[in-house]
Amino acid sequence: MSVQSGLVVSDVSVEYTNGIPVVRDASLEVVRGEVVALLGPSGCGKSTLLRAIAGLEPLATGSVSWSGEDLAGVPPHRRGFGLVFQDGQLFVHKSVAENIAYGLRVQRTPRDERQARVSELLELVGLAGYGSRSVQELSGGERQRVALARALAPKPRLLLLDEPLSALDRELRDRLADDLAVLLRSTHTTAMLVTHDEGEATTIADRVVRMRSGRLEP
Amino acid sequence: MRASDRRLPRALAWGAAAAIPALFVGVFFLWPVLALIATGFTSDGRLDLAGIPEVLGLERSWRVLGNTLAQASLATALSIALGIPAAFVLYKLKFRGRSFLRGLLTVPFVLPTVVVGVAFTALFGPGGSLHVLGLDRSLLVVVLALAFFNVTVVARTVGGYWSQLDSRQAQAARMLGAGPVRAFLAITLPALGPAIASAGALVFLFCATSFGVVLILGGREFANIETEIYRLTVQFLDLRSAAVLSLVQFAIVALALLASSLLRKKHERAYGMRHEERTARQGDAPVLIVFGATLIFLHVLPIAALVWRSLQGVKGTGVTFANYVALVDPPESSPLRGTVFDAIGLSLWIACLATLIAVVFGMMVVLVVSRKPRSRLLQRSISLYDSAIMLPLGISAVTLGFGLLLTMHRRLGIGFDLRTSIVLIPIAQALIALPLVVRTLLPVLRGIDTRTREAAMMLGATPARVLATIDFPLLGRTAGLALGFAFAVSLGEFGATAFLVRPDAQTLPVVIATLVGNPEPASYGAALAASVVLGVLSAGIMLGAERLRPAGISTGSW
Repeated sequence: MSVQSGLVVSDVSVEYTNGIPVVRDASLEVVRGEVVALLGPSGCGKSTLLRAIAGLEPLATGSVSWSGEDLAGVPPHRRGFGLVFQDGQLFVHKSVAENIAYGLRVQRTPRDERQARVSELLELVGLAGYGSRSVQELSGGERQRVALARALAPKPRLLLLDEPLSALDRELRDRLADDLAVLLRSTHTTAMLVTHDEGEATTIADRVVRMRSGRLEP
Repeated sequence: MRASDRRLPRALAWGAAAAIPALFVGVFFLWPVLALIATGFTSDGRLDLAGIPEVLGLERSWRVLGNTLAQASLATALSIALGIPAAFVLYKLKFRGRSFLRGLLTVPFVLPTVVVGVAFTALFGPGGSLHVLGLDRSLLVVVLALAFFNVTVVARTVGGYWSQLDSRQAQAARMLGAGPVRAFLAITLPALGPAIASAGALVFLFCATSFGVVLILGGREFANIETEIYRLTVQFLDLRSAAVLSLVQFAIVALALLASSLLRKKHERAYGMRHEERTARQGDAPVLIVFGATLIFLHVLPIAALVWRSLQGVKGTGVTFANYVALVDPPESSPLRGTVFDAIGLSLWIACLATLIAVVFGMMVVLVVSRKPRSRLLQRSISLYDSAIMLPLGISAVTLGFGLLLTMHRRLGIGFDLRTSIVLIPIAQALIALPLVVRTLLPVLRGIDTRTREAAMMLGATPARVLATIDFPLLGRTAGLALGFAFAVSLGEFGATAFLVRPDAQTLPVVIATLVGNPEPASYGAALAASVVLGVLSAGIMLGAERLRPAGISTGSW
């Protein structure tokens, strides 16, 4: 495996502000194009590790790097990573299309290109024609699809998914897991998925890493 | 390192956003108030406590203190007694036009005190339809006028809480054989206790620091501490006694604020249960009658009397617009230097300035206070900062105006005496409006999930861009509400402004107070008309702003 070609997490520890460790000495690698699931019970620290990779939690020790570049000191908005939250966190004051276009606007993508990319993504997540809707009219499953499209729009070099399907009911979750697996492959997205659901992990990911009480299992 | 290069300017920007409003409150609020305290404790630059027993030894001081406490307690009791039925009707019952009625009931709270004072004289004073009751210049009229403002404060605070209260306990009591009154007294009332107590403390604070209403309706006999400070300063130039009375006022305010904050904490803890409402039933008739009577006799009647009498001539013959014409074209006998129309223009202009200051600084404060930093120290500093900015809410407007008068002759390094210009008026009004603006906007920003901002950040947005695309747009509509609030409050502000106006530049509330105190019948007529104009402006602005209130967002508890 080439260290140069993806995410390398080495000996990362994360602590709460009161000094209690949440993640201890975690090391893992995600190669470009690979989809890795981080599986563990709730409260084991897997979401915190994901947030640390995103740059949203400070590291107590260790390092996170991409293609050999150490990301210490690179703020979240400059890492080029995408993140999908459990509950979507769509921008309620913007329409579906505006939500998806957000990252493209930040990158100053020209208008035509932006619109084309938004339609393409809406098509991809099965919501063609939903662009002008308010996000408040959407069902839970549709919201997560929009959240996914929004995260994919700026073509992140790594997509982080934090329990993206957990807020949905069983049947919808199974269907979306299949869709997500296909979608990540077809777009050649490098991704890291956090979940507590074994089935979801194996459906979506190429490889499963288990975590328990703040430590990765070998 | 690119990141640490950026960290310094960002820290500076946040520091500035926090420091500028703090400096404003420090210079124009804290300093005057401290100077006022110093005046009470010193003479000729030396510590001298003799002034305190001297003033407190006067029989009149005790009468004034007694008046203040009696008026505030009675008005608080009445506001609670009438506010609870109103809370039930407006927040527990479902009926058509409810949201309109709720919006309408924000109006009494922002109606300028002088307008309400004049309205009650129009009803109970000489020539008023209820003058026969002999209540003119009585304690009862003062108490009624204070309740006019505060019934709605109680209704709002208690109603918001009540609508989320689980009613199944009361239902259980009913199933065990308790009548509706008994179930209410035994179960619901105790459960509402913290909300009622917290509203009560706030109302007591408002009543004890009331100035305009007491000045117009109370006369010398029912003077309270506020009007006495004003009388001592403006008529007798006895700054020392006024300062000692301000200290007494501080003590009352501090106690009421302390009680309010202790009780509010309790009541916040109980929030977030469920949302229950139902349509009216036959059994609700007594409550509906009390609510209707409150509305008609306490609110509609005085305002109707004001409007009706503003349309009467001096001799009381038929409808005429003579009083309104006098606003533009005053009679020879007018006690004013200019016209009332000039005062309207000046008031609007000053209110615009005050609103601008209050909203800009309010936004800065809200942005700072809504941050949730990782460091404990920063968290604690932010909460301390929040309370410091809220200080002007507690201090009476008269004290603020008096304090500014005492301090602002020191040149501030800008080469001229600020008291000779009217620039202090919008500053004082902005200080009074600032806490309201902050309390209106803060729930919106506090309500934004931190992860929504993180989502924007993960899409590549810089912190500045997150502010511009997430925080500001979500603030938008509520900012309109805050704007209206600030404008209405500034427009009607009387207590502080009364100290700061100049003979050639008077605001509308000050002009109304001057006219109403003048024995000429034509002056009283002009006061009525001017009050209608001021009332319509304030109410219109507030109702317009109310329409901007986003559904489901509670904005403070007043």
